[in-house]
Amino acid sequence: MDAITRRKFLVTSGVTGAAALAAGATAFGLRDILATAGERDPGAKTLVLVTLYGGNDGLNTLIPYGDPAYAAARPGMTYEPEALLPLDDGFALNPGLPGLHKLYHAGGLAVVRGVGYPKPNRSHFQSMDIWQSAQPDRPGTTGWLGRWLDTAGGDPRLAVSFEPVLPPLLAGATSAGATVPGGTLSLPGGVDPAVVAGLGTAAPGESPAQARAATCFADLMRIQDLMKEIREGAPDDDTDDGEAPATATGGAAPPLDRQLALVARSIEAGAATRVYSVSMGGFDLHADGKEAQQAQLERLDKPLAAFAERMAGQGVVVAVYSEFGRRVHANASDGTDHGTASDVLLLGDGVHGGLHGEAPSLTDLDDGDLKYTVDFRDVYAALLADVLGADPQRTLDGWKGRLTGVLT
Amino acid sequence: MTDRRQMSHLLRRLTFGPTAAEVDAAVRAGFDATLASLLRPAAAVTGPDLGADPVTELAAGATREQRQQARKQQRDQVAVAVRWWMARLAEGGAAEKLTFFWHGHWATSVRKVRSAQLMLGQLATVRRYGAGDTGPLVRAMLRDPALIIWLDGQKNTRKAPNENLAREVMELFTLGLGAYSEADVKAAARVLTGWQVDRATGTARLMPKRHDDQPVTLLGRTTTFDIDSYADALVQHPAHVPFLAGRLWARYASDTAPVPSSVAAAGRNTTTLIEAMSRAPEFTATAGTLVKQPVEWLLGATRQLGVRIGDLETAQQQRLVGTLRALGQVPLSPPSVGGWPAGTAWLTTASTLTRLKAGRQLAALAPAATDRLTGADRVDALAEMLIVDAWTDRTRKALSGVEDPRRLLALGLASPEYAVH
Repeated sequence: MDAITRRKFLVTSGVTGAAALAAGATAFGLRDILATAGERDPGAKTLVLVTLYGGNDGLNTLIPYGDPAYAAARPGMTYEPEALLPLDDGFALNPGLPGLHKLYHAGGLAVVRGVGYPKPNRSHFQSMDIWQSAQPDRPGTTGWLGRWLDTAGGDPRLAVSFEPVLPPLLAGATSAGATVPGGTLSLPGGVDPAVVAGLGTAAPGESPAQARAATCFADLMRIQDLMKEIREGAPDDDTDDGEAPATATGGAAPPLDRQLALVARSIEAGAATRVYSVSMGGFDLHADGKEAQQAQLERLDKPLAAFAERMAGQGVVVAVYSEFGRRVHANASDGTDHGTASDVLLLGDGVHGGLHGEAPSLTDLDDGDLKYTVDFRDVYAALLADVLGADPQRTLDGWKGRLTGVLT
Repeated sequence: MTDRRQMSHLLRRLTFGPTAAEVDAAVRAGFDATLASLLRPAAAVTGPDLGADPVTELAAGATREQRQQARKQQRDQVAVAVRWWMARLAEGGAAEKLTFFWHGHWATSVRKVRSAQLMLGQLATVRRYGAGDTGPLVRAMLRDPALIIWLDGQKNTRKAPNENLAREVMELFTLGLGAYSEADVKAAARVLTGWQVDRATGTARLMPKRHDDQPVTLLGRTTTFDIDSYADALVQHPAHVPFLAGRLWARYASDTAPVPSSVAAAGRNTTTLIEAMSRAPEFTATAGTLVKQPVEWLLGATRQLGVRIGDLETAQQQRLVGTLRALGQVPLSPPSVGGWPAGTAWLTTASTLTRLKAGRQLAALAPAATDRLTGADRVDALAEMLIVDAWTDRTRKALSGVEDPRRLLALGLASPEYAVH
C-alpha cells in the first residue's frame, strides 16, 4: 500500500510513471515533431488538453451569481455583480477571464457544468489519478489518452507534452506519448560526443535504474542538435522560484504561454500530433482564495484566448479541467477546501458555445459538496469521438455515455 | 557481497557520499559497530545567525517600500539558510540525512512559509524528535509553525474549519490513503481548530475562542480530542507503522522492491526501523538499484572530492544551489506537499546535461582529487574515489580514452553508475 500510494502520487505530481518508462517514453526534439508534417489526414482535428493542478474553484470560475445561495455560502469571497463578466441565465465568468468572456459571446466557448464522478475522492493525488486514468473505481497505471495512443498505432509523436516529464494521462499500456522539454540541451564545451554516446550504450546485467541513466545519454545525443530549434519555448529557469500563495500539489511546468506557443508552432507546421497535453499548477487555494484565484485565472485566460484566436480554423479543440472543484461553503480563511464536481471548459473549432450540462444545486448537497450532473467520461467520450475520431468505448473501458450537443 | 561492498552500500544509503577513508574505517570496524555509530543520535546543531524576520518587525503603518524592503531581506535570509543547510547536510552524517528524510516527508516549502527562521525551526524539531518514537514527533509537528502556515492551519477556526492540514497529516504524513474516511478529515480539522501562529515569536498556540472543543468521532472513537490525543490516535493506528516503514524503505532502500515484513515489525521508533531495514537481507540486495536524489548526488560528490561546502565562497555556494535548482531539488522548497519525486523520475536528458556541467564545476574545485587521476590506473582510481563498486565495460571503455583528469572526473560524476547507488 505504502509504496504504491507513494508511487501513485508521485506519478500525479507531474513525474513520469513507471508504466510510461517501461513503454519507452523518451524525450524528443521539436524537429522530430515538426518532421512529421504531411503524415496526417488534412481533415484530422487536434485536441489540446489543459490540466489545472490543485483543484480550481469552479464556483468562482463560472459564478452562479443569480442564485442567492451562492452569496450566502461564500461571504467575503463573492464579487459585486458589476465586477463580473455576465453570460446567460444568472451565470457570469470570473473577472480574471475577459478573453474567454469575449470568446463566449462570439459563440466559441462551451462551459460544461457539474462534471464529476461517483464517490468523489478529495485527495489531490488520487483524484488527479482518476481524471487522468478515467478509471474512478480503481485508477490503473495507464492514462485515457495513452490508451487511445495504443489503439492509434502507438507512435509517440501522436501525443506530445511540453512539460518536463510525461504526464500519466499520456502513458499507455504498450506505448507512451513524447515529452519535448523546453530549453536548449546542447553539450557543454569540451565534452566529447563520442564519449557521451559511449555512456549511452546498454550494458548487460545493470539495474533498470542504471540502464535508464544510460538511456538518457543516448537520448541526449539524439536531441541535442535539434533542441537549438526550440528558442520560442526556452525557459529562463536559472532565476529564483519566487513565491506561491498555494500549497503546491504538482504541475511543475514551463509557463502556460510558452507551452501553448510550442503547441501552436507544431500545429502550424502541420505536425502529425493529434493530442497535446499542457498544464498549470497553483490552484490549491485553501486561504485567501478570491484574489489569488483571479490572478491564476488571468494567467490562464490571456494565453488561452490568444491561442484560440491563433488556432481558429485549424481544427483545434481545447479542453480545460482540474481534479476537483472546491467546497460550496467558504472556510474561515476566505478560501475553500477540496470539493467535487466542477466545470470543464471547451473551446475551438466545432465547439457549440454556451452553457451545457445541468448546473448542480447549491443547496441540495452531498455532505457539503456539489452533486455531479455530468460524468467526466461523457466529456472524454465526446472528445474521443468528435475530435480524435476514435471509438470511446475502446479507451474508456466500455463506457457508453457521451456528452452530446457540444462538439461537431 | 564482499564486506567492502556491503559497507559501501550501507554508508551510501545512510549518509551522503562516503569517502574511501570512511569505507576503509567501516570495513575495519565491522558491520555492527559501523551501524551502531551511524545510528547514534544527532549532536545539537547551532544554526546560522539570521537575526529577526524583518517582516515581523514592520510597524503597523509601514509603507509599500518598507514592506518590499523587508520581503527582500527575508528572501536573502532564506538564501543564507539554504546555503547553511547544504553545508550542514554534507557534514552531519547519518543523523542529518535523517533530517533531510523528514524534511521531504513533512514536505514544507519556504515559498509559502517565507520565513527562514520558521523553516529552520521545523528542521530543529525533526532533529530533536525524528530519531525516536514517532509519538512525540507527531505531537511536535502538529504544533510546528511552518507546517501550520504551509497547510493553512492558522486559518482553521471553529466557525469554518479548514481541512488542508488535517487531511495531509493523515494522507501524507502518518497513515496513507485508505486508512481514514472523509468524515475523519472533517473531524480532525475541528480538533485542530484554533492553533494560531505568532510570526513575531515563531510559536503556535491554542486560541480557545477559535477552537472547537466539542466531542467528535475520529478514527473510530467518539470523545473530546485535543491536539495530543489526536497525534496519539494517529501513531497508534495500525496503518501508521507500515506506512512509515514504507516511506523509509522507499527513500533508503528501494522505490520498487516491496518492504520486507521484518522492517515494520520493528515498531514505532525511527532508529529501530532504520536498523531493521539495514539488517534485512533484502536491503543488501537493493545495491545499485536506487536513483540518487539530486541532493544525494551533489553533496555526496563534494564529500568524495574533499570539497568542504562551508569553506567555499558565497558565489561558489550559490552555483551549487543553482545546480540543485536545475536538477529540481532545492532544500526548503519541495515542489509538492507530497514531497520530492523518486526513482527514474530524476533521470531525464535535462538532468543528465546538468550533471555533466556540474561535474566540470565540481572538478574545478577539487585539485587534490584530480591530482590522483593522472596515472595509468586512473579509471580504477576514479571508481575508488567515488565509491562506485564497478564500472560496466561500457563506461570503462568510454572513460579509458579520457586523459584530462578534470574531464575524467566530470564524466565519472555524470556516469550512469554514479547516478544510482
